Amino acid sequence: MLLRHTKPDVMERTALTINPAKTCQPIGAMYAAFGIRGCMPHSHGSQGCCAYHRSALTRHYKEPVSATTSSFTEGSSVFGGQANLLSAIENIFTIYNPDVIAVHTTCLSETIGDDIPQIADKAAKEGKVPSGKHIIHCNTPSYVGSHVTGFAGMVKAMVHYFAQSTGKRNGSVNIIPGWVEPSDMEEIKRLAGLMGIKSTLFPDTSGVLNGPLTGEYRMFPDAGTPVSALQAAGDAVGTLALGEWASAEAARLLDSKCKVPCKVLDLPIGLAATDRFIDTLRTVAGTTVPDSVEFERGQLVDVISDYHQWLYGKKVALVGDPDQLIALTEFLVSLDMQPIHIVSGTPGKRFEARIKEITESLGRPVNVRCGANADMFLLHQWMLNEPVDLIIGNTYCKYMARDLDVPLVRHGFPILDRPGHQYFPTVGYKGAMRLLEKILSALLDRKDRDDPEETFELVI
Amino acid sequence: MSVIKKKSGALPDPEKVKSEILAKYPPKVARKRAKQIVTTAPDMETPPEIMANVRTIPGIMTMRGCTYAGCKGVILGPTRDIVNITHGPIGCGFYSWLTRRNQTRPATPESENFMTYCFSTDMQDENIIFGGEKKLRAAIQEAYDLFRPKAIAVFSTCPVGLIGDDVHAISREMKEKLGINVFAFSCEGYKGVSQSAGHHIANNQIFTHVVGKDDTAPEGRFRITMLGEYNIGGDAFEIERLLEKCGITLVATFSGNSTYDQFARAHTADLCTVMCHRSINYVADMLETKYGIPWIKVNFIGAKATAKSLRRIAAYFEDKELIDRVERVIAEEMPAVEAAREAVLPRTTGKTAMLFVGGSRAHHYQELFKEMGMKTLSAGYEFGHRDDYEGRRVIPDIKVDADSRNIEEIEVSADEKRFRARKTGEQLRRLESEGVSFKEYEGLMADMKDNPAAVIDDLNQYEAEKLVEAYRPDIFCAGIKEKFSIQKLGIPMKQLHSYDSGGPYAGFTGAVNFYKEIDRLVNSKVFAYAKAPWQKNPELSATYVWE
Repeated sequence: MLLRHTKPDVMERTALTINPAKTCQPIGAMYAAFGIRGCMPHSHGSQGCCAYHRSALTRHYKEPVSATTSSFTEGSSVFGGQANLLSAIENIFTIYNPDVIAVHTTCLSETIGDDIPQIADKAAKEGKVPSGKHIIHCNTPSYVGSHVTGFAGMVKAMVHYFAQSTGKRNGSVNIIPGWVEPSDMEEIKRLAGLMGIKSTLFPDTSGVLNGPLTGEYRMFPDAGTPVSALQAAGDAVGTLALGEWASAEAARLLDSKCKVPCKVLDLPIGLAATDRFIDTLRTVAGTTVPDSVEFERGQLVDVISDYHQWLYGKKVALVGDPDQLIALTEFLVSLDMQPIHIVSGTPGKRFEARIKEITESLGRPVNVRCGANADMFLLHQWMLNEPVDLIIGNTYCKYMARDLDVPLVRHGFPILDRPGHQYFPTVGYKGAMRLLEKILSALLDRKDRDDPEETFELVI
Repeated sequence: MSVIKKKSGALPDPEKVKSEILAKYPPKVARKRAKQIVTTAPDMETPPEIMANVRTIPGIMTMRGCTYAGCKGVILGPTRDIVNITHGPIGCGFYSWLTRRNQTRPATPESENFMTYCFSTDMQDENIIFGGEKKLRAAIQEAYDLFRPKAIAVFSTCPVGLIGDDVHAISREMKEKLGINVFAFSCEGYKGVSQSAGHHIANNQIFTHVVGKDDTAPEGRFRITMLGEYNIGGDAFEIERLLEKCGITLVATFSGNSTYDQFARAHTADLCTVMCHRSINYVADMLETKYGIPWIKVNFIGAKATAKSLRRIAAYFEDKELIDRVERVIAEEMPAVEAAREAVLPRTTGKTAMLFVGGSRAHHYQELFKEMGMKTLSAGYEFGHRDDYEGRRVIPDIKVDADSRNIEEIEVSADEKRFRARKTGEQLRRLESEGVSFKEYEGLMADMKDNPAAVIDDLNQYEAEKLVEAYRPDIFCAGIKEKFSIQKLGIPMKQLHSYDSGGPYAGFTGAVNFYKEIDRLVNSKVFAYAKAPWQKNPELSATYVWE
């Protein structure tokens, strides 16, 4: 009854978004900035944006999320935010002493038209930037794109501000992991390590947003990609960008700026996408795939074969970010499941085409939509018209899951009510096994609940 | 930090802690913060003057949010049957989507409840360039077509104010067209200096557009309103239970577990009670001026405070039957509270707390801690004004700065038809002499005289960390943004904006819940595991221990 007012008749809406499947650009930029070692994300606008973004990230990671704001008031909105940013820069370096301040804009500062590089230059000229310290920025008006494109913007800024080419290759491979969890970044590094590949991952939030409790608090832990590694990214032998939406722009900029060739792959979620990731790594680095990685792969195939009967033909509704959904959909199709309702609030023309391509083998129409008005209200209406066996999406899906009495596997951003995503990856073969375990547990728990007593089975 | 809590248990002098905190700031910042950090002492006669409700210093990690958050999230958030449309890019609507643990209890399973929905115009760049009025108009129409609500409210976000969309004109136009109440809030995030401005804007518009629309008084001899109660963690449910048990009719709550109709007939009450002084004291004043309803400050946080508040309400109505009934309810409820208190006291007595929350909570919750034998070492408001710290007597002295001047003040006068003085001047004076004080709030500092303590306005993360290092309190209370940096330091942190997983904490049942929760937190084993055994012991030489 939580969404009691949602009725099955789909009315085309042009103006009203209900239960959005995205949020705004700055929060993505803030998350990406945590992947730089010693970095203070700074929100240039009203302090509410920063408060909301810190709260949302804190609730998702259950970790301190330290970020600063220009604290605009009405005056700054009229006269511009330069004075606020200048004093913010001075205060941040004096009080918190980060290596980098990563400024992102908000809809307010964008609408006013504040020029961040000009203000940062002025701060440097006024001696407000200690030597060896950096200010980087990206433009993230909230009325463009989504949290995913904001993330992409800050990753691009890392390349723009730091990557340098000395003309001498350093033998390293850049991996841009996209908007994934700290645990996923850790897993990508582990896989590259197993392959014997020297790699630089950026951004890298592992150890920053899934840190230990030690009785001490360090605002800037020894984690994240160091500035020196970001500078050296310009000398890498190649770049793997995982995800067209979150990573490709930065990789292409690195290619044009420093002539580091790049390949854009899907996020390595599920069997086939991980295969392509491993195979590309092998080719780029000119190495062979070790037995340990093949062993993990074989285990995944084994689990799929052992439990295929519970997956076959099951209908799934999905909501989330495009890079995530493309890989997830492909994984579900490979399991012979039927992802039939798919929405992503993030705009991007290629999304619907990719999903159609991936789901073609289902031999049936699939509801897919992205961008403005592709919201969870629409997804709910689709489910009222054609019910599903499983929902995969963020925490907000729990309202629909409860009302429709359909099991939910939490995946994506934000997850506010369950632990695990910070610590256990869903990328790679191990990650696919975890995802599979979650899907199977949800379906089988439901079966155990619903089966009549005479068919209640001990052995599955 | 050199000033650290001594092993003997003696606490550092708050003045010394203050100067250590200020030492790190650039001079200009230090000068300003010095006025926002004051100390209380047992011998103080009147509370020291504190600087409050002033701009946050850019770059300093504040606990504060914005005007929109105060308006849409705090005040209108807990109201279930108004379709609240955020006019702006998607973020503001998304983040205010039931993130404050608003609870509500519709009368029937079919009754209206839009609280689990998030409505936004999701403005795109073309709406910023060409204006968003057309889109807003269409969004209101679509919301009406889909949900047929009795009211639709529109909330402006930062860019809307800049591009100049006339949300009020569109609301008037749509109100006319649809025949339901449509009204708007100019609550752009950049207005004012904190959420407080948003509360003000929200309350003023509810007062203007809703209060007084329905003259049907609910049945009951003792009709009151509850102002500044937001049903965090189900607090309103507990207060409603108690009032009902006492035979007191709750006409409206602003705005926990509330409905549009409740607001519309709020003026039919005979007494207004104010919980959160900060967020709503001016509405109490307006209800008095326009409709003749006197107001008293109450506090339902803490068992003693609850009993006192119930007695004060009963005293106001001067009805023997009610006074007796309230006494019976208190007598019935208190044994369970006492039993729970006795059970935790051995484990909580002498422990210490810090509270940096909202606009009255940093004050109210000290009552509960006192009941558990716990001392508050430091406290402050996230968005309080001077009167919340120093008491209402300073209101005439508060300088109105440019940021506050931008927040609309509405002038009200007695309603020709509806004004009815509930008590004569003489009656009020007599009640005052018997201890029922009207329009009175002494502020937080009056209750912090017992021990030297630091009172800090608009605390920031750096200062929180320094306070914790200096005092090592047994518990720290604030919001979600502060929670995990405090816990990393090995100190349990209790959210008092949204209660984490707990609540209700109001009333008698709430007090029992709170005692148990705080007992759990201050005696939790987990923080003792922060250091591994080998980190606590001296280094061993490089030989095996059994050699």
